[in-house]
Amino acid sequence: MSVTQQALAIGRGLAAPRSWRRAWFGGLHGADYIWAVAFALPYIALFLFFVVYPIAFGIWMGSDLTLYTELFADPRYITAVFNTFLYVVIGVNLKMFLAFLLSGFFFRKSWWIKALMVIFILPWAIPALPAYMSIHWFLNGQWGMLNNILYELFGFDGPTYLNEHWTGLASNIGAYIWKTLPFWTVILLAGRMAVPQELYEAAAVDGASRMHKFAHVTLPLMANLYLVCVLLDMVFALGDFNSTYFVSGGGPAMSTEVLATLGIRYAFTVALPRLGVACVMSALPVLIPLVIILMRRLRPAEGQL
Amino acid sequence: MSATLGSRRIRSPLFYRLQRYGVEAMCLALGFILVVWSLIPIYNMWKIALESHEGIFGGSIIPEAPTLEAFRVVVTQDFWYLERFWHQFGNSFIVGLSVMGLTLLIGSLASFTVGRMRLRNGWMLTNAALMTYVIPASFLAIPIYRIMQIYGLGNHLSSVILALTSFATPYAIFIFSQYGKSIPMELDESARIDGANPLQIYIRIYLPLMAPALVAVGTYALLLAWNEYLYNFLLLSTPQSMTVAVALAQFLNSDESPWNYMMATAIIYALPPIILYYGLRRYMAAGLTMGGVKG
Repeated sequence: MSVTQQALAIGRGLAAPRSWRRAWFGGLHGADYIWAVAFALPYIALFLFFVVYPIAFGIWMGSDLTLYTELFADPRYITAVFNTFLYVVIGVNLKMFLAFLLSGFFFRKSWWIKALMVIFILPWAIPALPAYMSIHWFLNGQWGMLNNILYELFGFDGPTYLNEHWTGLASNIGAYIWKTLPFWTVILLAGRMAVPQELYEAAAVDGASRMHKFAHVTLPLMANLYLVCVLLDMVFALGDFNSTYFVSGGGPAMSTEVLATLGIRYAFTVALPRLGVACVMSALPVLIPLVIILMRRLRPAEGQL
Repeated sequence: MSATLGSRRIRSPLFYRLQRYGVEAMCLALGFILVVWSLIPIYNMWKIALESHEGIFGGSIIPEAPTLEAFRVVVTQDFWYLERFWHQFGNSFIVGLSVMGLTLLIGSLASFTVGRMRLRNGWMLTNAALMTYVIPASFLAIPIYRIMQIYGLGNHLSSVILALTSFATPYAIFIFSQYGKSIPMELDESARIDGANPLQIYIRIYLPLMAPALVAVGTYALLLAWNEYLYNFLLLSTPQSMTVAVALAQFLNSDESPWNYMMATAIIYALPPIILYYGLRRYMAAGLTMGGVKG
């Protein structure tokens, strides 16, 4: 071994642990490092005990593959998968499209539209539970207000919305749209406001019409935000428990159940917790790609919001 | 502006005036639809709460003989589902305020380490925290229920407090780290030179300057805890330990349909978050855009 090689080896031997220390502790040493760890410790403990452990526990509970054959043999599960799919695809896209249109409406500079916003935001401000309970009774076929109004105005008896599969599912989706439409409208409105005014002025100088401005300025600048909102809300809708549980209650005959409510029902009504975990875990093949796309899309969106 | 440009026709001023009125009329119509759409389930709640027992099953759209009887029953705990209403209301407050306090404390401490102490690989903490949101809370309910039994926290308010704090804190850390970037590092450095230790910097410099973000995140955590149902329902089942949300949902188990009592309870339960939301709306909006604009 030559002298240079020896020197290099010694150098590496000395440098390696130091760079390792630097990589982890940064410029911190001694007391500062202890402070940094002490400050992060409460969160690390919370994360380990109430996030990591439950996830690991859930994976362990749902790891038995026979659970999934049992699951796929259950027609209620197949119905729930189908319902969840409609809930997520139709509910979220319809709502986001409406929110996008409404954000254009609320973008108008008029005093009464600003005042209207205060009322419009109310469904978002009210807790989910009372709102969905009210909608449940509102849609009651016999005594609900909707059918009373229909009878008063047009003199016909409306259907028993919550006693049929399709109307029940539509009621749940409608209630979820009612509750969350204001939130997404506000987010998309903020996105519209962030579009630099100069771009519209420059387009106007070039003779762009209103439609041109919309197609060539608003749409391209809002596209990424819109996509992020859709993906984010798909994740939220996938895990939404309250609207189905309180509006239709999963009925009639468990035909409007979604994965989130069916999982809870398996675990706590039928007392099959492992089947319940398997039921919600079966959504992971959809959920994980959604989150990965979302993570990749999120960064540019931050600058835009 | 562009009337003379290109091949576009130039129309009479009357046309543009009519067009403007037409647009305004359409806006008013849409506004009317939005008001009805937003308010009707809320009106429905009031209507039922103001009805007498018999009135609920009448076919009217406005209450025939409005009475505050249902509210009296709730406030005086005069119905067997509502025997401990104020105690449960207090439980909801304890849960809400504890989740708020813990989220602010744990979140601000963690974000101080990540953003201010220059702990290398601190970003891993933020990213790991955000991973919490990969799995919806309702999907984790079953394992968390089991784990709370293992920890011996069944039917104890702290089980809900800890579970909800762990869901609220990642958002807090994210918002605090974003907001913290707008506070100059030089402040910390000059305090270091004056001999302050990190705890003093955290209390004297970091927290006061973070006040707007603390208000936004605190409100978020409080509303999250107050409005949450599933975890409250699974983890708290005795009348002594349950919160208002669980007590309210209990009405659905009943066969005798005291819907007016239920809606009166629902209104009382919904009032604190609505007041808080409208009172602090400006800060909430600030919190929402904060993550983006300064990011």
